[in-house]
Amino acid sequence: MSGADLIHVVNPDDISDSRKRFGRILIRGSFLLLLVVVLAQALQALGVWDLGFTNWQPTLFAWIFWCVSLCVGQVLIRGEQGKRILFVLPAALFVVSLTVIPLLLGVAIAFSDWNLSSPTGPKFAGLGNIQRMLSDPFYWNALVNMAWYTLGVLVEYAIAFGLALLLSSQIRARRFFRVAFLLPLMLSPVAVSWMIGKSMLEFRFGPISQLARALGWEDPAFFASGDLARITMSVLDAWIFIPFMMIMLLAGLQALPTEVIEAARVDGASAWQTFRKVIFPLMLPVSLTAIIVRIIFKLKLADIVINITAGGPGGATDTVTSFIFREYRDRSNVGYGTLLAMFYLIIIIIGLTGLIRGLGRWMRPYS
Amino acid sequence: MTQAIFHGSDADLAHKAKWWSSRAVIYGVLILWTVVALFPIYWTITTSFKTAPDVMQSNLIPFLDYEPAWLGWRSLGLSPDTIGAESTVRDQFVSRFSNSAIVSLSASGLAVLLGSLTGYGLSRFGYQFGPMKNADISFFFISQLILPPVVLALPFLVLYKELALLDTHIGLILLYTLTVLPIVIWIMRDQFMTIPTELEEAALVDGQGVWGAFVRIILPIALPGMIAAFVLSLVLTWNEYFFASLLTSTSTINLPVMVASQTGSQGISWWTMAAISFAAILPLIVVGVLLERFIVRGMTAGAVK
Repeated sequence: MSGADLIHVVNPDDISDSRKRFGRILIRGSFLLLLVVVLAQALQALGVWDLGFTNWQPTLFAWIFWCVSLCVGQVLIRGEQGKRILFVLPAALFVVSLTVIPLLLGVAIAFSDWNLSSPTGPKFAGLGNIQRMLSDPFYWNALVNMAWYTLGVLVEYAIAFGLALLLSSQIRARRFFRVAFLLPLMLSPVAVSWMIGKSMLEFRFGPISQLARALGWEDPAFFASGDLARITMSVLDAWIFIPFMMIMLLAGLQALPTEVIEAARVDGASAWQTFRKVIFPLMLPVSLTAIIVRIIFKLKLADIVINITAGGPGGATDTVTSFIFREYRDRSNVGYGTLLAMFYLIIIIIGLTGLIRGLGRWMRPYS
Repeated sequence: MTQAIFHGSDADLAHKAKWWSSRAVIYGVLILWTVVALFPIYWTITTSFKTAPDVMQSNLIPFLDYEPAWLGWRSLGLSPDTIGAESTVRDQFVSRFSNSAIVSLSASGLAVLLGSLTGYGLSRFGYQFGPMKNADISFFFISQLILPPVVLALPFLVLYKELALLDTHIGLILLYTLTVLPIVIWIMRDQFMTIPTELEEAALVDGQGVWGAFVRIILPIALPGMIAAFVLSLVLTWNEYFFASLLTSTSTINLPVMVASQTGSQGISWWTMAAISFAAILPLIVVGVLLERFIVRGMTAGAVK
């Protein structure tokens, strides 16, 4: 297994057989303990044998004990190699425990009819939730909204690129501007919901509404019509996240080879030509990385929607996350909500994989 | 381009005019965007010192347009005349604030610990877990980034209910660690790859173990990257609302959930909301101004080679 190690130092290991045996016993023993605890708790949950457990925490502790034993056992059995495995194993066990297990549980929940507020527990629903999803216009509406929100990333990218170009030009007080531009990203989206969404856009006294009136818009109702509300929401989210793309693009601009740009200037290229023919193509890999990472964050959009419009008017600003949030908050519908989330995850995985495959050949054009 | 330009000639003056106008445009746009970025923060601070008539007349500049009052801060128990007295609102606020601090600091710390080890391992050794080699393991960790919170939210709700972890600090800390871990691993792997392996090889030849070499030699060099990962995690976890609103109910409510619950209630006054919002964003404004260098470093890791 050490074929690809970058460190070429071999420390001789002399591991006694009894040490190896102890390591194996530790791992197998703790696994057996885990099985026994799970079985005991399952028996109680099925009503076969009441052992007086109040919750599933014993299983959790047995699981943690098995994970720790697995790590210790690696060192006992494999010595130096085990110590190397120990760098990655804790995080791997952590992620598996906290994503793979909940995801498997999620699949089970998704096919159940389960309302947390009803006294009866989960019931197997088969394909019932899927049928319900296919005929749920609000969910499909939320998915279409996500497509619009995602398209907004391109506008954000253009603005962020412009700002990054300005920041990389010969200016004074660069650090001041960079910090000022970065600050919106630091703010809690929930606080921003109030600061901008509820107060600055307030119809009567909000400064932005007043500015709009001064500019001749008689009736600045930012959340009245569906399209307008969605645009307002996109602008707000853009305000928070433009700094993120800007910083990535700025770093890309600063890493460009200056000789190439100087050569273009010397050859008599105008500023626009330099940008169009030299800077933009060189920036393509960084740009695509920034756009993809931004899309990943965009697909999680929820906080400001939940807190400003709660999806309104008529679902026009709803995101998938905010829709499922309300499905749970208002109706405690765990089973159906989980199915919607799982379906969303599948769409995301297919979409992003396709996107990255499709863009892949532009990501590294010069290698 | 071939024309020689002499000082004070027509060509020189035209060139200067062009230079000055481009300067004016650049600084004009920069200042405009500074206003766009900072005005909401300014608005929030000033509104927390307004009274009802000031809000309704949309007064903007304190002392000039209106006389600042401590209204917003008094309702939080944080104005000069109430700071000494007992205040249930302030106790509540302090408890939310400390919940946010405990959860975000612990989660960021744990994520940097796990992420640094993993990043180091992946940048140095060749692993094979079943069919997965290093590239697959890295992808496994980093691909967690695309997992939307909503997919995990409801299973976690059910799981935590059974494990009696709802409304506990440890439950939130574990979940927050999970959400920032992919970013931390991304940053740290990138960081360790820039450190030459000869450094540890020398230490290993001198008889140190891999862990000894890692702790004594590599960690001090990688410290800036770790700070960057920590600060970025802190920003993300301090502002997290979605999981907190689903998984906390009374004792571990954090600041975003508190702000959100106030926004929803009808009778809340503008100055109080402004004061709460400002108190919620202030810590990260300070972090942003002081540690901007590290935040930028964290965000650009891996993106630019």
